[in-house]
Amino acid sequence: MFVFLLRRLAQAFFVMIVISIISFAIQNKLGDPVQQRVSMTVSPIERAQLRQQLGLNDSFLVQYWRFAKKAVHGDLGTSYYYKAPVLDVIFKKLPATMELAFCAIIIVIFIATPCGILAAIKPRNIVSKIVVAFSTMGLSIPIFIIAIFLVYIFSVKLHIAPSFGRGETTNVLGIWDSGLFTKDGLRHLMLPSITLAFALMPIFVRLIRAEMIEVLQSDYIRFAWSKGLSSRRIYFIHALKNTMLPVITVGGIQAGTLIAYTILTETIFQWPGMGFLFMDAVSRVDTPLISAYLIVVGGIFVTTNTVVDLIYGLVNPTVKLANHGL
Amino acid sequence: MNLLSVNNLHVNFHIKGQDLAALIDVSFTLNRGERIAIVGESGAGKSILGFSIVNLIDKPGYIKSGSIKLQNKEITTMTPRLLQEVRGKRIAMIFQDPMMTLNPVLTIGAQLVEAIRSHTRISFKDARNIAIEKLHSVQIASPEKRFNQYPHELSGGMRQRVIIAIVLLLNPDIIIADEPTTALDVTIQAEIIQLLLDICRDNSMALLLISHDLGVVSRVAERTIVMYAGRVVEEGPTLEVINDPQHPYTQGLLNALPQMALPGQRLNQIQGNMPSLNERPTGCAFHSRCPYATDKCRQQQPDFIQSGVSSVACFMVENMITEFEQNTDEESL
Repeated sequence: MFVFLLRRLAQAFFVMIVISIISFAIQNKLGDPVQQRVSMTVSPIERAQLRQQLGLNDSFLVQYWRFAKKAVHGDLGTSYYYKAPVLDVIFKKLPATMELAFCAIIIVIFIATPCGILAAIKPRNIVSKIVVAFSTMGLSIPIFIIAIFLVYIFSVKLHIAPSFGRGETTNVLGIWDSGLFTKDGLRHLMLPSITLAFALMPIFVRLIRAEMIEVLQSDYIRFAWSKGLSSRRIYFIHALKNTMLPVITVGGIQAGTLIAYTILTETIFQWPGMGFLFMDAVSRVDTPLISAYLIVVGGIFVTTNTVVDLIYGLVNPTVKLANHGL
Repeated sequence: MNLLSVNNLHVNFHIKGQDLAALIDVSFTLNRGERIAIVGESGAGKSILGFSIVNLIDKPGYIKSGSIKLQNKEITTMTPRLLQEVRGKRIAMIFQDPMMTLNPVLTIGAQLVEAIRSHTRISFKDARNIAIEKLHSVQIASPEKRFNQYPHELSGGMRQRVIIAIVLLLNPDIIIADEPTTALDVTIQAEIIQLLLDICRDNSMALLLISHDLGVVSRVAERTIVMYAGRVVEEGPTLEVINDPQHPYTQGLLNALPQMALPGQRLNQIQGNMPSLNERPTGCAFHSRCPYATDKCRQQQPDFIQSGVSSVACFMVENMITEFEQNTDEESL
């Protein structure tokens, strides 16, 4: 277990270096940093001086080395627009995105799992036919259409949920602004999290259904029936545990998709999270902020996948983390 | 009364709008403590017969008609609740491939204990004790340790022993063993067969052994049923069926044993293949492969006739018997 973690940590370190090189490299391609900093009236000589001061005339490797040295100390640069360290800016927005993603994941787990199971064990049932039809449709409908649809019904017509913003938040432990503890915050969470959940739901419903159907045809399920076990035990203990193995793996990979969709969802609902911040940063060509966002997201992705691998090892006894040396 | 009686069982598969017969008019009885073997080539319907006895045929298969009676209870029309009580407790099954039969993500112990606890109200601790005792009785060393292990930590032979232990947990009246040794290597096959035989004898359990290994069959079973293309073609005491096969198909099967060929010669085989479900010929299904087939065989399905202690469905045998009877009649005149 310990060696497994160590190996994963080494891998993660390597991945992070690659991500940081890529995100640093694009900084120079997103416009001229000097142009961004100074006004029209600054003379070409002063510009050249500033360029020299900022070290922009050095070779790429020298610049990257400077960047990496600072990055190790938690300094990924200063935002052009906010005039503040980029990590501070991003971490201020992190809770909003995390809570949105968390709610979406909860919705996906509690809706996709039962729907997938139902569609697998009762394929003739009218509800499972609807579920399968919707999951096919859901795969092909872009989420901003779903978002507009939801806003129209729940905000414009029914006035149940607000269509933008985070609402009232409470501060938890002085570091985390949470919308989970106020009624207003939860109401604001409703539409964005449902929209985000819709982005992942069809894939999981279809995956769980397909895996479950396959597992139910296996010999050990037949043997379980022949032992006289209850159908509940067979479906939810014998079959579900095996069904979940590939689902967990795909879940880890889909974490990337989830992050990508937070950008869309947050933009649609003016959700003050990292994705929204990123879109703003792109339109303002705030390059330090853009590359810092990429690095943070890369870090989240790497962490999620390590955790997913750990969970997989716990659920599947044939994968021994110990084989990598306990 | 017979423990199990199967009468005129028809099982069909509904595939792509076609209704294909997998079992046709199968009848046999099994008494308490009796050991019967069902033999035949792959696809003859042996396994389907085994599964239909506990009403576990996969869709699109279904029992079309006929009856399966466990003592006086009809299995074909049982509610799922009652079936659940029969399965495992009255009739238990052993499957072909021990590598696939145990759930890979549950411990051996969990799979033993759940079998007891789904049929009897009993504490986990008591169930665990019974489970360990049964593991011991199937000659598994250090059962306490095995109890907490997962299937992949055990060898194939060991897993089949665990499966036999699971089957024994509730002292069923009947064990259906569907080619229990096919997936194991030869030395382990002999051990498993001996274990099964001992268990059935000691507990006077009835055994329905589905096999194509005639060596195993002759060691274990008192009676043998030969199946071909979904029908029973011959039935009789095992010694009789093996030493004096009546049906040309049974003769072919025995002839195909490697022991029957001389060294250096090609192995004997029955020419051709068994017809698949959707191209079943008219008359006797074996006629296209039978060296004795006549026009009558191609048109009509032979009925069962008594030949000595066996019963056979074959016109050739029928003719021989009538001729023999005529001759003896003439002689006695």
